[in-house]
Amino acid sequence: MIIASNVTKQFGKMKALDNVSVKCNKGECIALIGPNGSGKTTFIKCVLGMVVCDSGFITFNDKNIRHDWKYRENIGYMPQIGRYPDNMTIGQILDMMKDIRRKTGGAIDEELVKQFGLHALLGKRMRTLSGGTRQKVSASLAFLFNPDVLILDEPTAGLDPVASEILKEKIIAEKRKGKLILVTSHILSELDDLVTQVIYMQEGKLCFHKNINDLREDTGEQKLSKAIASIMIKTS
Amino acid sequence: MKKIIKYVIIDILRNKIMLTYTAFLLVISLTIFNLEDNSSKGLLSLLNIILIIVPLVSMLFSAIYVYNSAEFVELLVSQPLKRRSIWLSLFTGLSCSMAVSFFIGAGIPILLYEATATGFMMLATGLLLSVIFVSIAMFAAVKTRDKARGIGVAILLWLYFALIFDGLLLFILFQFADYPLEKTMIILSVFNPIDLSRILILLNMDISALMGYTGAIFKDFFGTQVGLITSFVALFVWIIVPTWLSLRKFNRKDL
Repeated sequence: MIIASNVTKQFGKMKALDNVSVKCNKGECIALIGPNGSGKTTFIKCVLGMVVCDSGFITFNDKNIRHDWKYRENIGYMPQIGRYPDNMTIGQILDMMKDIRRKTGGAIDEELVKQFGLHALLGKRMRTLSGGTRQKVSASLAFLFNPDVLILDEPTAGLDPVASEILKEKIIAEKRKGKLILVTSHILSELDDLVTQVIYMQEGKLCFHKNINDLREDTGEQKLSKAIASIMIKTS
Repeated sequence: MKKIIKYVIIDILRNKIMLTYTAFLLVISLTIFNLEDNSSKGLLSLLNIILIIVPLVSMLFSAIYVYNSAEFVELLVSQPLKRRSIWLSLFTGLSCSMAVSFFIGAGIPILLYEATATGFMMLATGLLLSVIFVSIAMFAAVKTRDKARGIGVAILLWLYFALIFDGLLLFILFQFADYPLEKTMIILSVFNPIDLSRILILLNMDISALMGYTGAIFKDFFGTQVGLITSFVALFVWIIVPTWLSLRKFNRKDL
């Protein structure tokens, strides 16, 4: 569904992405793992077209995304740090997104809005929100339009245990529907029951892209956190 | 695109600066027209205020607005929208509100007190100047990432167009006083939309006779149909070129 070929991106002298090639297919749930500053977010932003890569190309459903924009209809994106216009309320943001993205006949999935209890907060301005509530808004927006691909950048950072459990349940439910899900997280323990594939990045380079079962076999560890730890020790 | 323009305009209306600006223009123009017994004299006083204030407010407000809506733009870029339409909506929203403010604040008094050819010229150039400086400010804002620097650049650009350019022109005039510079002056004036507007309005007034030989040459050129069309084309180029450049930059910008 998403194919990246030799994607390179440079910020000044630093190579944020160095010849990254990835293939993501429908129905997979992929964990993007790597140390801070390894290029995970940059890669995600490249897929979304927010960052324009220097060389290489990314295709979405066999179409180059470089001059395309329609493909984003199929993506729900939850940013790492949700930044929203300060003087808009939650309700206005939700209405605006529905207004902009509404597809004729497309169903709107407000399950997360309900479960997070955002209905009670609709009149609150974005600048008064706590980090966790902002994350809830971001998550609700990502799932709102029932997209085929979900890109979640550190989805549970800042969420309370109840909310992060709700979100995890939702991710699993969407995965069952056969959607492609890309997740980055530093809390590996919570990825255990989610992911089917693991992509490990380091300093902008793709170290490996493996099925989680292969990874478990290779390292002899059942837990993802231990498996990754053993690889990190081996490579360093 | 219509939807984004709608949200931009709602957002601009929500902060009260635009209303204040309109009220300020309205008060100034009404005062001036009521102070002078001859309304064409009033127009002349209004000219100088408009040529300074309209570009300044247009420029600063747009630059600050673009920086402040960084979050809004970031949110929209990850949605199924063309970058082109996001940027052009921002431009359209800003220029519409600047132009409407000018029309209500200065245009209506001008139409009430001095609905002559000069008055209409002033209205047209004022509207064009509002849009031109929105376009220049957006270019300055997309070029520089840092907010303080970007707004600084916008202020410097305004200073350049409003004051420094004239100083340079005078300097050239005095340095090369021995040479015939009239044609050069016409060409140079095209490089500053404020000067161009000033000449266009002044030539419509009778006082152009006071400007001496250069004034006569100006009248010879700008007074004709061709000159008029050329100068309006030049003003439109001042809108299109910065917008096109900023659009190109924005299309490749990393957010």
